[in-house]
Amino acid sequence: MSPPPHLLGIEGLSAARIERLLSLAQRFHAAAPPRSLAGKRLLVLFYEASTRTRTSFEVAARRLGAETVSVTAQSSSIEKGESLLDTVYTLSAMVIDGIVVRHASSGAPRLVAEHVDVPVINAGDGMHEHPTQALLDGFTILRHRPAIAGLKVAIIGDLLHSRVARSNLLLLSRLGAEVWLCGPRTLLPPEFAAYGPGVRLTHELEEALAGADVVMVLRIQMERMRESFFPSEAEYVARYSVTRERLRTAKPDALVMHPGPMIRGVEISAEVADSPQSVIREQVENGVLIRMAVLHDALQGAA
Amino acid sequence: MSLILRNGRLLDPGRGLDQVGDLVLEGDRIRALGPGIAAASPGSLDCTGLVVAPGFIDLHVHLREPGFEYKETIESGTRAAAAGGFTAVCAMPNTSPVNDNAGATAYLIQRAREFGHARVYPIGAITAGSQGERLAALGAMREAGAVGYSDDGRPVRNAQIMRRALEYASMLGLPVVQHAEDLDLSAGGSMHAGAVALRLGLRGISSASEATVVARDLLLAEETGARLHIAHVSTAASARLLREAKSRGVRVTAEVTPHHLSLCDEDLVPYDANFKMNPPLRSRADRDALIAALADGTLDAIATDHAPHAAHEKQQEFDRAPFGILGLETALPLGLRLVAAGAIPLSRLLDALSGAPARAFGLPGGALVPGGLADVTVFDPAAAWTYDPAQGCSKSRNSPFAGWTLQGRAVYTIVGGRVTFASRGNLDTP
Repeated sequence: MSPPPHLLGIEGLSAARIERLLSLAQRFHAAAPPRSLAGKRLLVLFYEASTRTRTSFEVAARRLGAETVSVTAQSSSIEKGESLLDTVYTLSAMVIDGIVVRHASSGAPRLVAEHVDVPVINAGDGMHEHPTQALLDGFTILRHRPAIAGLKVAIIGDLLHSRVARSNLLLLSRLGAEVWLCGPRTLLPPEFAAYGPGVRLTHELEEALAGADVVMVLRIQMERMRESFFPSEAEYVARYSVTRERLRTAKPDALVMHPGPMIRGVEISAEVADSPQSVIREQVENGVLIRMAVLHDALQGAA
Repeated sequence: MSLILRNGRLLDPGRGLDQVGDLVLEGDRIRALGPGIAAASPGSLDCTGLVVAPGFIDLHVHLREPGFEYKETIESGTRAAAAGGFTAVCAMPNTSPVNDNAGATAYLIQRAREFGHARVYPIGAITAGSQGERLAALGAMREAGAVGYSDDGRPVRNAQIMRRALEYASMLGLPVVQHAEDLDLSAGGSMHAGAVALRLGLRGISSASEATVVARDLLLAEETGARLHIAHVSTAASARLLREAKSRGVRVTAEVTPHHLSLCDEDLVPYDANFKMNPPLRSRADRDALIAALADGTLDAIATDHAPHAAHEKQQEFDRAPFGILGLETALPLGLRLVAAGAIPLSRLLDALSGAPARAFGLPGGALVPGGLADVTVFDPAAAWTYDPAQGCSKSRNSPFAGWTLQGRAVYTIVGGRVTFASRGNLDTP
């Protein structure tokens, strides 16, 4: 028996599946979606606080006709110290067709996938991957550009702690983009260069932005920082905040993206966030489409 | 009561002994050895084709008793030791309660006498409760039978306390064993800091987190003239520092584990906690440097850091799972892999498993010599077998080597003239 069609990361995802997911999202955008998951029950298991991703998955599931059962760390036996696997075993006994997992520990969705026989979707694990975010980002770019190959994409900010950056790095470099990573040395370790050809590292924002087609801005993840990574927020803003002034060196029609939640005035200026170049709101809309595509693809095939 | 081991390859690197012959044990001592000195007789052990070596001594084992008997007990841990060819193990003090006083040390020795399949040498804590603040009852623990001191797993952070521990232990003639780790540098880490950790989104434990403490302690050992032993050396940088210190006569010894000699971070099965231990599997270059340092004697001994954990503890999120893996039942064949690969000679392997650890902690045994302790390991260097932790003697199963096809296995383990393990008759070899 082959394993269920999990989505644990961009790493290991076949080119055919990436293509299928992007075109499914396009199809759901163009026409009213089918109730292809009617009668299916999806467990949405969030071990980490989240507003947009959890809501996005729930909306996507309902649009396809599926029922969702949401469990969050704050409202469950997780709080009482039950292990991840025991929680999953217990909830699986209630007949579910798929599990969406968000967890603060890298690799947690894989652990779940190894112990259940329904598809597991990674909704973000620790600092590891956030595959649906990368897919929705790729989809968003493709709605504005004919192809990703040949684009210069700059990802700016806290790379070290970012699962969004890791998944995007894998997806976009695989689709042929030149990906520039930019942040202070403490948040951009040189080992990122090992991700593959077409990955460039710089600590100078000007270099990353010069001629960029896409500018992805990341939040400073204070909750994942145990120590001091830069002297002050003011110094970070002075060196790395994406402002209208600095954005002038990018292509005039460069897309500005942010996975949210966004802190205006820190990593990005309000002006840039609200500018016509910004597709930040569109990313949220596309998130639902991509998650519909992912759920349809993973659950429809599963018996 | 005498026991005759007939026609084996007698191998004692410490004495330059390597010849086919017989070994005669009388009581708990070796009486005689040499070619053709004993005739086949009822009860003698035919060792034709087998290696007869000084009993293996493991300087670094977690027996988990008292306090964590669901992971391992003195009985199961020493049974695993005997099955792996070990005649003696040094028991780390991080039990519950911590072995930081004479009563706890004596209790361990007493339990081992009752239930042990191998000798158990207690290592006492350096500081009370291994809290790193006040010196533990070092003198009293030595009187009770401790052979060294360590706060293993909880490195001595305060350099002044480390210095005093070295001074005091040197007066008592025992080594201080340091688990070298700067806890600020390694904070939150669950595997070696490098490209693999970055990709898996796991916080890293840098090589420098070990080597900085090794450097500090070498300076303290040099200044105090005390005996220092560095546990489970895992990095090229630490090996380099040790080599330099030894060349200047610093009184330091060091051990390396079979897993650090066999695996590197690239071998880690993603998020499989059976690959999680501390220090972590390092880079390929580190592993190669450790093999070279074992070959040239910079690293004196092979010690397993046998660290059993229950399945439910290991089947967790990688960053939550406890550090540590089994080691006793796979150390010999993993060492023989290095010999087969031409990385070290068999004599160096056997010295690292017997003579060198005996010298490092001043323990009896570790030699095949008339009048010496009758602790002997007899193994079949050619036996091929597949390791299945579920079939092993340890109570736990946490090993990254599960399913490996290995070559070489203990056939008889003899402690004080008494056979504590014998595989003949049920050895699953062709």
